[in-house]
Amino acid sequence: MSDKQLSERQREYWKKNIRLIVTLLVIWASVSLVAGIILAEPLSNIYFFELPLSFWFAHQGSIVVFIFLIFTYAIRMDRLDKKYGVEEVILTEKKDSKGDES
Amino acid sequence: MTLDVEVITLTLVVITFGIYIYIGWWAKVKDTSNFFVAGKEIPAVANGAAIAADWMSAASFISMAGLISFLGYDGTIYLMGWTGGYVLLALLLAPYLRKFGRYTVPDFIGDRYYSNKTRAVAAIATIFISLTYVAGQMRGVGIVFSRYLQVDITIGVIIGMAIVAFFAVLGGMKGITWTQVIQYFVLIIAIIIPAAAISLQLTGIPVPQLGFTFSDIAERLSTLQVDLGMNEYLAPFQNMSGLNVFAVTLALMLGTAGLPHVIVRFYTVKDVRSARWSAGWALIFIALLYTVAPAIGVFAKYNLINTFNDESITDVREISWVSKWEETGLLGLDDKNGDGILNFTEESSPGNEVTIDPDIIVLSTPEVAELSPFIIALVAAGGLAAALSTASGLLLAMSSAVSHDLYYRIFRPQATEKQRLKIGRIMIFLAVIVAGYFGINPPGFVGEVVAFAFGLGAASLFPAILLGIFDKRMNRQGATWGISIGLSFTLIMILLMRSVEVFGTETQILDSFLGIDALGIGVVGAIVNFIISFIISRTTQAPPKEISDMVEEIRVPKVSDSSEK
Repeated sequence: MSDKQLSERQREYWKKNIRLIVTLLVIWASVSLVAGIILAEPLSNIYFFELPLSFWFAHQGSIVVFIFLIFTYAIRMDRLDKKYGVEEVILTEKKDSKGDES
Repeated sequence: MTLDVEVITLTLVVITFGIYIYIGWWAKVKDTSNFFVAGKEIPAVANGAAIAADWMSAASFISMAGLISFLGYDGTIYLMGWTGGYVLLALLLAPYLRKFGRYTVPDFIGDRYYSNKTRAVAAIATIFISLTYVAGQMRGVGIVFSRYLQVDITIGVIIGMAIVAFFAVLGGMKGITWTQVIQYFVLIIAIIIPAAAISLQLTGIPVPQLGFTFSDIAERLSTLQVDLGMNEYLAPFQNMSGLNVFAVTLALMLGTAGLPHVIVRFYTVKDVRSARWSAGWALIFIALLYTVAPAIGVFAKYNLINTFNDESITDVREISWVSKWEETGLLGLDDKNGDGILNFTEESSPGNEVTIDPDIIVLSTPEVAELSPFIIALVAAGGLAAALSTASGLLLAMSSAVSHDLYYRIFRPQATEKQRLKIGRIMIFLAVIVAGYFGINPPGFVGEVVAFAFGLGAASLFPAILLGIFDKRMNRQGATWGISIGLSFTLIMILLMRSVEVFGTETQILDSFLGIDALGIGVVGAIVNFIISFIISRTTQAPPKEISDMVEEIRVPKVSDSSEK
């Protein structure tokens, strides 16, 4: 197996993965720690329907965004796995740990 | 009426316990893979439900909505803190740990840092975190029994021990997983029905989350509280400083991602992909409770204030649920100024005549909303399901740390499959006994479970796993020192800041660390861990080649080499 080529592609896969993780974590921090806590006071004056915006983020909104982030990651990674041909194909359960597991 | 409720409760509890026992029997396992990681064949959605049940403890179910209703805005520490960690798990830990594919958290740490000493430290951290956590769960079982069925707390704990012991010893992780799936549905139905009913009553919208956002109920509560001299509900940082809200929220998030009983659940799915998806399902299931809880908090508090404030004490006592909860001591009415009228204001102010235990918020909701006795019974069954499911996950994490990591990986690597399974069963049984004992005689530290479990998880296991995956250069020395110092720093800080509860000193030895309270100190511990690990690893030898190869390998779901199977 062409070790060089393989690791080249893997490195690229890993880089894209990292970029996706960083993007999603920036959103993660901005809806929770920033909108819900750091900007709690200024955002209290803007209303989201019947609730102050920061309160809504702190008590409802951030949780909804968290769900969205995880599913986005799962979907995007499924695509990335396929593109780089690294998705797992489960053949048999009992393939011992040394081979493809550990 | 009360007899009625008790009979229905008893029936429902017996039926649900029967189901749990049946599943334990059905799932009985014969090998270590099934015992520790359910044979790695749990579907992603089922694993999501199991994680959710594992996660949502007696405290989440019974106490959280009440705590939030007293903390107001600042209650976000629990709401964001106990959900945000799943994003970290899904993006940073779960897929890679699944690829690594062993049985426990210390497994990964021990192998990645090629050291049995580090493995032992991780195993001990796992045991300590799980033990403080599980004792509270066993006590929770006892409390639900005593409140709904007038059974002594001790007897309640023993009944809970017997049930958990049965399905955990027999069915291992497989039995635990499938009972948790059922337990999830019991507990979520038990919280949603009363919440929907009370939402409809107060806002005209039967979906609590929507009633909360699209009606003016929160605004009304906030104004009402201000009128009565309480904190403004919708305004931030009324009960805690902004710094503390930030630190505690972040500490709970990092701690969530460092809790061994949650992490191991990601080993039980069939592939890396399922690990990512099951984290998403888990958060959906968890969010159902976590978005309803703040709504219940507002609805119930509004109702309670209107029921009590400015009403005559004799009229109020005629309401059946009032007298019932007053008897249990969770509700206190005291007409201090003798005018026959109740004044409901800030708990600490001398003029306040109504004291409420936060647990009342959830426990009394069905009665306040005038729902049938069946729903009241359902809440009892839900509380038990929440406590038992969390307890069983923790017991497995504890016993596998002893039987797999310490016994098999360190002391007896030559142990046979059969011996390992036997030791696993014995250990889980012993863990039940220990947990039950602490549930009956809770030591001081059990009350501080949130600080200890999440603080230590955040300061020790989370950084070690994260660096193990994302920093190829991280070596044994860096990780070992990082964990040891992060862990001891956090432990000592919590002990100093909670010395009254733990050691019974007169006052807390330390008030706060630079303004950060015991609940949030895990963040500082994690930072200490990261810094120490980084500095030490860069000044010592790089890890051996096979370790960096292993890191390369866990980073991709499958290495697509030519040697196709």
